[in-house]
Amino acid sequence: MGRNGSHDVIITLVVSALLIWLLPLMISTYTLTVLVIYGMLGLSLGLIWGFGGILCFGQAAFFGLGAYTYAIAAINIGESTLPMVLAVLVPAVFAALLGAMMFYGRLTDVYLGVITLVVTLILFKFVNSTAGPQYVIGNARLGGFNGIPGFQTLNVPGDPSAYIWGDPYFYVCAIALVAVFLLVTWLLRSSFGRIAVGIRENEVRMGLMGYDIAARKTVLFAIGAAIAGLAGALFANWGEIVTPKLFSLGQSAEIIIWCIVGGLGTRFGPIVGAAGLAYLKFMLGQQSMIDNTLIMGLILVLFVVFLPRGLVPAVASLLNSIFGRTKRKPRPRRMRTARHG
Amino acid sequence: MVETVLETSGLTMRFGGVTASDNVNFKLKARELRCLIGPNGAGKSTFFKCVTGLLTPTEGHVYMRGQEVTGWQPHQIASLGVGIKTQTPNVMDALSVHENVWLAARRFYNIAEARDRADAIIERLTLSAIARTQLGQLAHGERQRVELGIVAVADPWLVLLDEPAAGMSAQDVDRMTEIIHELTRFAAVVIVEHDMQFIRSIAQTVTVFHQGAVLMEDNVERVMSDPQVRAVYLGKKA
Repeated sequence: MGRNGSHDVIITLVVSALLIWLLPLMISTYTLTVLVIYGMLGLSLGLIWGFGGILCFGQAAFFGLGAYTYAIAAINIGESTLPMVLAVLVPAVFAALLGAMMFYGRLTDVYLGVITLVVTLILFKFVNSTAGPQYVIGNARLGGFNGIPGFQTLNVPGDPSAYIWGDPYFYVCAIALVAVFLLVTWLLRSSFGRIAVGIRENEVRMGLMGYDIAARKTVLFAIGAAIAGLAGALFANWGEIVTPKLFSLGQSAEIIIWCIVGGLGTRFGPIVGAAGLAYLKFMLGQQSMIDNTLIMGLILVLFVVFLPRGLVPAVASLLNSIFGRTKRKPRPRRMRTARHG
Repeated sequence: MVETVLETSGLTMRFGGVTASDNVNFKLKARELRCLIGPNGAGKSTFFKCVTGLLTPTEGHVYMRGQEVTGWQPHQIASLGVGIKTQTPNVMDALSVHENVWLAARRFYNIAEARDRADAIIERLTLSAIARTQLGQLAHGERQRVELGIVAVADPWLVLLDEPAAGMSAQDVDRMTEIIHELTRFAAVVIVEHDMQFIRSIAQTVTVFHQGAVLMEDNVERVMSDPQVRAVYLGKKA
């Protein structure tokens, strides 16, 4: 019954290679790049929420932190390699501190949601109010609501004049997403991942088995933030400007919607949800007949009512029933509660 | 001399004005089987929670194998090699039987050994046929048995069970009795229980709780025939 790990890796690589080859024939790489980046951002929340049971309302905070870290470091350093590394590390460290405070304080899910939400708000308000010339980090002015434009974008490591942009930048982002996906796959296969799923299912039981829940949740939370930070840095490079909007609550809410629509508890679902909904939003943005937030809301409601497990699990079970295969079933979202209440 | 594996001295737990556990001095020797009984609200479960780290006692001390563990977190106590089963079933519903047991074994053994141990205990509990089934789809008795497997898989030297027979069929209870007897070959076992039938079939020494304090501690037959115990607890049932 052993799951064949290398088999899965090969399938992932073949499918991604096909997608990376075919999609640019249909959609411009400029648009695709941002869809890929959102996919990575969706995956970051999909990992900690879908597999770790940590509902973070502030995933956008780590995304924005990654973007700002990149922009500020790039202006000061003038070469993109170290800023990319910092854009992953800074959100991870920030999340580790925030997570340790929440998980060792044994906060329940509701308060966890409130705190992550408030942290996002604080960052948003703070960055928004840094328009004055006194808000400077090194050579970088924070720029308040105008954001930070004109930083060094991604270059070939070691050669600041060899910019990576346009089509090549799309391939860099796509390969980064595949790498993160494989990393997440490996993580979930490892003991750490299996224990994380156990904690999602029953914290008390895992604690009684001798696992340090707070430590493990903190680490997972930081990994999720690192991925979100990487997505943020890629986004900064794509947009060539970072603005406080990255930290906005709307952005955070959207990430949660991506996960719900795509399918929680799957690796693929949040990516599909993010890319799909972002593309839909892009298409809707080209017309002015209907307000597109209205349509987004409608989609969320329809999914919650008719496909509560999300798109990917629904399609998977449909395929299963058509082809009569009894492969791994996606786990049911609605957990049965203990009879004792 | 037989080693004392669990000891409490002056253990007291107050909730506001209510003293749920009152100056409990308790000693358990290695490989001993002990049942804790008492009417509802006698403080059995509070005592259990203080010992397992789910509650921090207001006063008093808890020692395990001579080491003070008062105020430790449950995961720290479990890490010593203590198997704990709470009153309500605590299992991972969306995971398979094997994964549940494997997770418990993985805490103390490497991946391969954890798998072998999980396989072995699932076999011993006659759960092999449903090893790949999700816990959420199983009957109550089966889930209880899986939880016992979770507790036993890591070879604990102390096992604490809160109402293991609750809500089980007679057949399941018989099987449970057998498993618990097997456990006592290597571990000391404390059982908090209501089911008198079950206690009669399994117990040697019984500790009776009443109003938070220990009322008496003696051989099961003597306890059952004690008029004071009958008065506070057994009433018409005995």
